[in-house]
Amino acid sequence: MLDARDETAPLVQVKNLKMYFPIYSGLLRRHSGDVKAVDDVSFHIMPGETLGLVGESGCGKSTVGRAVLRLYEPTAGSVRIDGEDIPTLTPEALRRKRPTMQMVFQDPQASLNPRMTVADIIGEPLDEHTTLSRDEKLARIYELMDQVGLNRAFANRYPYAFSGGQRQRIGIARALALNPKFIVCDEPIAALDVSIQAQVVNLLEELQDRLGLTYLFISHDLSMVRHIADRVAVMYLGQIAEISPRDALYAQPLHPYAEALLSAVPEPDPSGAQQQRIILKGDVPSPANPPKGCNFCTRCPKVMDICREVEPKLQEAAPGRQVACHLINPL
Amino acid sequence: MPDGAKPVLEVRGLKTVFRTRSGAVHAVNDVSFSLREGELLGVVGESGSGKSVTMMSLIGLLPSPPADVCGGQVLLRGVDILKATPDELRRVRGARIGFVFQDPMTSLNPVFNVGNQIMEPLRKHKGMSKAAATERAVELLELVGIPDARRRLKSYPHQFSGGMRQRVMIAIALACDPEVLIADEPTTALDVTIQAQILELVKELRQKLGMAIIWITHDLGVIAGIADRILVMYGGQVVEQGPVREVFHAPQHPYTRALLRTIPKLHGAREARLEAIEGQPPILTAAPAACPFAPRCAHAFDRCRAENPARHSIDSRALGEGHDVACFWQAPAPQEAAHA
Repeated sequence: MLDARDETAPLVQVKNLKMYFPIYSGLLRRHSGDVKAVDDVSFHIMPGETLGLVGESGCGKSTVGRAVLRLYEPTAGSVRIDGEDIPTLTPEALRRKRPTMQMVFQDPQASLNPRMTVADIIGEPLDEHTTLSRDEKLARIYELMDQVGLNRAFANRYPYAFSGGQRQRIGIARALALNPKFIVCDEPIAALDVSIQAQVVNLLEELQDRLGLTYLFISHDLSMVRHIADRVAVMYLGQIAEISPRDALYAQPLHPYAEALLSAVPEPDPSGAQQQRIILKGDVPSPANPPKGCNFCTRCPKVMDICREVEPKLQEAAPGRQVACHLINPL
Repeated sequence: MPDGAKPVLEVRGLKTVFRTRSGAVHAVNDVSFSLREGELLGVVGESGSGKSVTMMSLIGLLPSPPADVCGGQVLLRGVDILKATPDELRRVRGARIGFVFQDPMTSLNPVFNVGNQIMEPLRKHKGMSKAAATERAVELLELVGIPDARRRLKSYPHQFSGGMRQRVMIAIALACDPEVLIADEPTTALDVTIQAQILELVKELRQKLGMAIIWITHDLGVIAGIADRILVMYGGQVVEQGPVREVFHAPQHPYTRALLRTIPKLHGAREARLEAIEGQPPILTAAPAACPFAPRCAHAFDRCRAENPARHSIDSRALGEGHDVACFWQAPAPQEAAHA
């Protein structure tokens, strides 16, 4: 599959995506500003590829995932998935498009209806989008349960009877029900214990190999993203700071934020061999009132005068690597 | 770190059972450990492994019923605080043992300003005057790195960010110069860059104040960076204990070994496939008659399913002093086990 990628077109092409949430204030609830959760984000994902999207809480990574699938109506920008522009589809066309693009949510507790059995949960997309007979539907549900490693005997149980890792498998089975091409995984392992995380990640990788899936893998766990992703986008305050192939990014991050973020991850090695930590000062500014110029200028250890005035554009810094920083010379 | 130093806190054979209408849960089973002067003991384990319940049991923070701390001793400088009267216990909590909880959002009272909350233990435990307590509160906020401390005393918790709130929590815990600080997942709710700030602060504070710390976490990376010794818990018991470097370089228990292998690495060779620990953690409805890890263990044999292994020292040091493990299986020599 790797060889074929260069010739094929991207499956997902996101251009200048913006997602603003309006703030209304005062007695008359006037529109007084916007939370710029996603502010001009562009990237692409090739068929069969996994793009990791990392960043800290509030940086807009989950909002990107939701806006791409049009779970939110994006403020501006285009999202082409398999040739169709998602934000401009009519409701009926969007509904027909839904089976090809699915989502796995973070919290398997909150994203499964507690009053539905596992078979009902996995079968609901089949009810909505297919005309399978009862027997065909049940056969498909069993097939899906086998695929994600759930015991068929538990098809009539309710979500509370399952552990966190098993619930996440139910969520994955539901996402797979309609044979999607593209799945947004929004922090699928964040709520799970370490020993269970590997089980779920291995399952996602197996399914990708077997079914040729394309993933947008949203996570704050940088070591897990290194494991699963082919390329990685680092977000900060609603914008992409750097997109690079995995190995290049982890070997030498180019954007100062990517560098600080990677150095802050504690590694399970007590020998003290870990390279010098970069401790960032202060907190992330509010996305309702981002700083002028580069949005990282308030915390950047390498800040220059120009950073406080001019916003850096995301530019190609090395083959396949895009960085938004004044320190980086574009190719 | 300080080998041979006297233990500040010694826990022996602690048992906690939750007795609920739908049956008993044996959350803590025969947990023993000691905490020496100036030491940082890291406690790791998954949710439900009993790490938080152990620490809450120590100082009587669990509501009873349903919790029943039904066995063992907790010796704070030789005096058993499990036998203390509620009044005596109150003089220990917050004064001699400080606590930092996971979620700085819910553990601060939203209707009082932080100055009030820092001064409360000072006034109650130390009987300080309001003026003296204010001065001490300013000092504490400066100690934990909150800028403009005097003015910030009047701020309410919602006016602080997550990282700053956790600094306030640490200031409260440190207010009465505790001999022991128990931190329960203090950085879990924080982002990595903020977590790095707090870890740096804790290192600084240890140098300045030198108290003994128990740090509960599920993140082995955090433990590797700050702990002197590590206690690995699984299914309500201690499965391995030892100096942090020895345990990371030559883990003995199959659970510890699997846990270290299951985490993807940030540097070095990338693993093609993650080694998963199959199965689920145990449900502790009965006191364990066998090794709690046996159903998930790759090395389990018949004895593991019939008998619960006791901790035994793997070197010449006395049990609890060096590196010990609760397992019948013999791990291969560290050369083979060494992970990069």
